[in-house]
Amino acid sequence: MTDHQEQAVIAVKDLAIYFGRGEHQVKAVDQVSFAIPPRQSFGLVGESGSGKSTILRALAGLDHVDQGQLLLDGEPLQIKRTKAFYKKVQMVFQDPYASLHPRHTVDKILAEPLAIHGFKDIEQRIIKVMDQVALPHKFRFRYPHQLSGGQRQRVAIARALILEPEILLLDEPTSALDVSIQAEVLNLLNRLRAELSLTYVLVSHDLAVVSYMCERVAVMQQGKLVELLQVDQDGKTYPKQAYTKQLNLASQGYDRARIEQFIDHD
Amino acid sequence: MVNQATKAPLLAVNNLNIRFPSVHGAVHAVRDVSFTMGREKVAIVGESGSGKSQTGRAILGLSPGQVSADSLIFDGIDLQRLSSKAYREIRGKRISMVMQDPKYSLNPVMSIGKQMIEACQIQMKVSKKQALARCMQMLEAVRIRQPQRVFKAYPHEVSGGMGQRIMIAMMLLSSPDLLIADEPTSALDVTVQLQILAIMDDLVQDTGMGLILISHDLPLVASFCDRILVMYAGRIVEELDASKLDQAQHPYTRGLLSCLPSHATKGQPLATLERQDSWLDEALENRGLRV
Ligand SMILES: Nc1ncnc2c1ncn2[C@@H]1O[C@H](COP(=O)(O)OP(=O)(O)OP(=O)(O)O)[C@@H](O)[C@H]1O
Ligand SMILES: Nc1ncnc2c1ncn2[C@@H]1O[C@H](COP(=O)(O)OP(=O)(O)OP(=O)(O)O)[C@@H](O)[C@H]1O
Ligand SMILES: [Mg+2]
Ligand SMILES: [Mg+2]
Repeated sequence: MTDHQEQAVIAVKDLAIYFGRGEHQVKAVDQVSFAIPPRQSFGLVGESGSGKSTILRALAGLDHVDQGQLLLDGEPLQIKRTKAFYKKVQMVFQDPYASLHPRHTVDKILAEPLAIHGFKDIEQRIIKVMDQVALPHKFRFRYPHQLSGGQRQRVAIARALILEPEILLLDEPTSALDVSIQAEVLNLLNRLRAELSLTYVLVSHDLAVVSYMCERVAVMQQGKLVELLQVDQDGKTYPKQAYTKQLNLASQGYDRARIEQFIDHD
Repeated sequence: MVNQATKAPLLAVNNLNIRFPSVHGAVHAVRDVSFTMGREKVAIVGESGSGKSQTGRAILGLSPGQVSADSLIFDGIDLQRLSSKAYREIRGKRISMVMQDPKYSLNPVMSIGKQMIEACQIQMKVSKKQALARCMQMLEAVRIRQPQRVFKAYPHEVSGGMGQRIMIAMMLLSSPDLLIADEPTSALDVTVQLQILAIMDDLVQDTGMGLILISHDLPLVASFCDRILVMYAGRIVEELDASKLDQAQHPYTRGLLSCLPSHATKGQPLATLERQDSWLDEALENRGLRV
């Protein structure tokens, strides 16, 4: 991995993030390192509560860092992110409802980042991005609570795309979408990555989605990166760790006998 | 398709309609939805915005829209005639719903433990000590690693999947007769997802709970549920035995199956759906109705 370090767009070095103190302290992220070369799509999978969102939030400047370093284009990131940073790096949050302002219409939600960054062609960009995420124009003046879960998630993705960032941090971007919309969003993300040379960090619990979208996948468990997988051209991975193998098994559907055999990897 | 023809069904929904009036004309979100279920696992799948969540909320008497139905009968009770007080007696106790936005349904300024205990005391009329024990038991059942810590935490201090599991634990505190679970495991890693489904499965087997599982995960519901209702644009367009998902007839259902990413699709765009207006009419004809 060190050989990527020079040209990596994103590098995470020995990152540690803790919450709370004493007996209830959580090592949300525990000595995690990885580097992502330009234009790669890098997946993060793993246990619920294993620190995936925390890593993304730290990259986006939304969580503190206790130890280690975060580098963007080889430069250590400062605690206070600049406006230029957010032009370059955008995040789609796991919980679309909580991240959309409840009293703003879709139109306002999409116009706001454009205004902050001084764009002029606001009208055209809003129309374009709504088409990109397959959100019918009739939703433009609705409020988030008037939309279904999947419609809200498309608004969240549209808001991230509208500034045409170079790096997208995607936290479960399609888990609220039905598979037909998921297919449209994944195709869109792939097309944009090819056209605009984007780099993605994609968190998902859906192993089929991650192996379809990514070249490399980090597997997290209890704050630690337990395995780094290479995805081959056929979308296959060859896990060695017991935890990862169990994840693969579990993604094959509901089978009561198999579930009884799951072990907690503590 | 009533699966226990001899007994009265647990839930019978007859021509449910939900409309949202607005200045731009009404949104007709749910159209003539009818289904009957017993103490079994029924999945509702379908397009985003097709009315799945609103259908669930209407059964609970919580849809914000204009609800009308020929009948909504739960265990012999006519839900449409309930006073709001009587509905409160049923909601959360006999019918529970795990909402799609788990963290949004939690109170952000109250600790998780306090909310759970409050819910438990309302649902079960037990002492605080008994409630505490029951809450801890449920948090462990949904595989929360440090239940003590999570109990003291506030909603913003737990991960997405932990929030989902907390909601599930809360809804199962009082062993409801009918659980409506709206995308209950969409943020969970696959192992925990299956373990949570196993808990629900046990409740169906052991206590005779009925489960409506709203989900986008077709392979998962096909392996887990007994029956699948497919919704499109507010209507049920197809009703299938879960084991026969691969024999689906409706072009929308078949289209959905072809959109799934898999090994075979790496490097190629995924198939997408060409939606057709005629699907709506076909749906009506399939169910023996005239347009
Ligand atoms: N603000 C906070 N205060 C206290 N603990 C926190 C906070 N944010 C996260 N945590 C804890 O850090 C751990 C990691 O959380 P994180 O949200 O990164 O998990 P995740 O891998 O994204 O899980 P999921 O797949 O369920 O979304 C969890 O145990 C969580 O409770
Ligand atoms: N308060 C509201 N006002 C107007 N329209 C609404 C309101 N709430 C929901 N709708 C509309 O009703 C339709 C059905 O919404 P519902 O939430 O039931 O969809 P869903 O099938 O659960 O979708 P998803 O899979 O995306 O969660 C959607 O088109 C939505 O935009
Ligand atoms: Mg998360
Ligand atoms: Mg919904």
